[in-house]
Amino acid sequence: MTKAAGMLHRSPRLRLALLLAAPLTWLVVAYLGSLAVLFLSGLWTTDPFTSDIVRSWTLDNFRALVTTEVYRRVALRSIGVALAVTALCVVIAFPIAFYTARVARPRWRPLLVVALLTPLWASYLVKAYAWRVMLARGGLLDWLLTPFGLDGPGYGLTATILVLTYLWLPYMILPIHAGLERVPDSLLDASADLGARTARTLRTVLLPLVLPSVAAGSVFTFSLSLGDYIAVQIVGGKTQLIGNLVYSNITLDLPLAAALGTVPVVVIVLYLLAVRRTGALSSL
Amino acid sequence: MHLSRPARVALRVGALLGFTVLYVPLLLVVVNSLNPDRSSSWPPAGFTVRWWRDAWHSAGARDALWTSVKAGLGATAIALVLGTLIAFAVARYRFFGREAISFAVVLPIALPGIITGVALNTAFRTVLEPLGIGLGLFTVVVGHATFCVVVVFNNVAARLNRLPGSYEEAAMDLGASPLRAFRDITFPLTRSALAAGGLLAFALSFDEIVVTTFTAGPGVQTLPIWIFSNMARPQQAPVVNVVAVVLVLLSVIPVYAAQRLSSDTTAGSRV
Repeated sequence: MTKAAGMLHRSPRLRLALLLAAPLTWLVVAYLGSLAVLFLSGLWTTDPFTSDIVRSWTLDNFRALVTTEVYRRVALRSIGVALAVTALCVVIAFPIAFYTARVARPRWRPLLVVALLTPLWASYLVKAYAWRVMLARGGLLDWLLTPFGLDGPGYGLTATILVLTYLWLPYMILPIHAGLERVPDSLLDASADLGARTARTLRTVLLPLVLPSVAAGSVFTFSLSLGDYIAVQIVGGKTQLIGNLVYSNITLDLPLAAALGTVPVVVIVLYLLAVRRTGALSSL
Repeated sequence: MHLSRPARVALRVGALLGFTVLYVPLLLVVVNSLNPDRSSSWPPAGFTVRWWRDAWHSAGARDALWTSVKAGLGATAIALVLGTLIAFAVARYRFFGREAISFAVVLPIALPGIITGVALNTAFRTVLEPLGIGLGLFTVVVGHATFCVVVVFNNVAARLNRLPGSYEEAAMDLGASPLRAFRDITFPLTRSALAAGGLLAFALSFDEIVVTTFTAGPGVQTLPIWIFSNMARPQQAPVVNVVAVVLVLLSVIPVYAAQRLSSDTTAGSRV
């Protein structure tokens, strides 16, 4: 026992190997391995009569992805939805986070954070269904808007963007709140002392400092929206996103589903690599 | 930073509006759990506690709750071990591929659940089934643990980055073995980060539906799966509302605890 401990003590490489053996087996072999196999199967094809997978190499699925009008349109629509949701979340989250982190009395701040975290852990499905009820004809939204001569959006693309924004909003507010809270007062005071007005301080001091937090939040809003297929089913009416296409092909044509699935994966990995430059990934 | 009075008022009103929008759908669920109309019509037709009684007696909901708790505990336990190991490796050592590992840890939560789910499903069926292990609670635990690792990792790594390694070195200079140094020095200092990460991992697992759909065997029904299959049924929808209200109320406790525990890291942002 002491001998083993001595060896551990003398050899950092051994310690590192012991630390990493189990997690890397899990993460690389089990997780990344299964992902790799899935995407390889995108190069296979299925027997049109039995739906069995035929292991002959072909680029047909990826060719279909590029040439089929529907797939292209749905892929672009999904990316558009993810970007719209992210943009809406940033715009809505910033003032709220600014209030909870810098305007509200310090005594209230921990409570406000709990108030932000609670809806996050309320069931995703229940929230989506609550919106379905609200968006229904004659539902709460219509009831609220009718006096102003307006109609609720009903089910469809607008409803999908609205509901996804609602679902992921706390994921954006919380990192921005944390980022704003970390900015020391002295920096803002220094900026004011040097003659910058509030708007200038906001733009040249505060915004650059919280940009990594915004990027961290956007990882969630963007990737969760891009992969979603359940909220769309609940409030999207006939709207289809890339997740729905993957889902509807899984049982009958797994290779095609895998090829379709590469679209969000590639987009998200590129997005993550871009975001990593801001140093945001470590503050998720 | 000096804010003019109108700016302060505007921010306050804006935040109030934001919180209202966040909570209105949740309040609607509460209202509908007391609404005698099965299709949750608006405005509510009256008041009843019937659904609360039904929910209390619903065996399906109870079984699902229990399954979810088991899956959550299992996934959290695995995530705690694996996440802590990676956090120590990344925070305390410099080695080739360090950046790649901290990037790969994020992938399971960032990539669409449907991709993770299908990939794991295929892998389980080709690797585990010949060994006689079919899809079941075990595969759900494995699937959940895969994406829970990241929250534990982030919490613990953030704490370790702030703790100087010199504490452990001092202990070892004084003759403690690495294991003793971990037990007496490092573990007590990282305990609250572990707890916060564990709570978040549990909550993440508890609400997961997509990966669960693809990794659960027949007969294994977690609470979100139960909700999904019952929400669309007019017979069951009000009971689901009750379950949802109870869950929101119960979730306040772990959320508050996690926030207190991680308050020295960043205020609960480590989702």
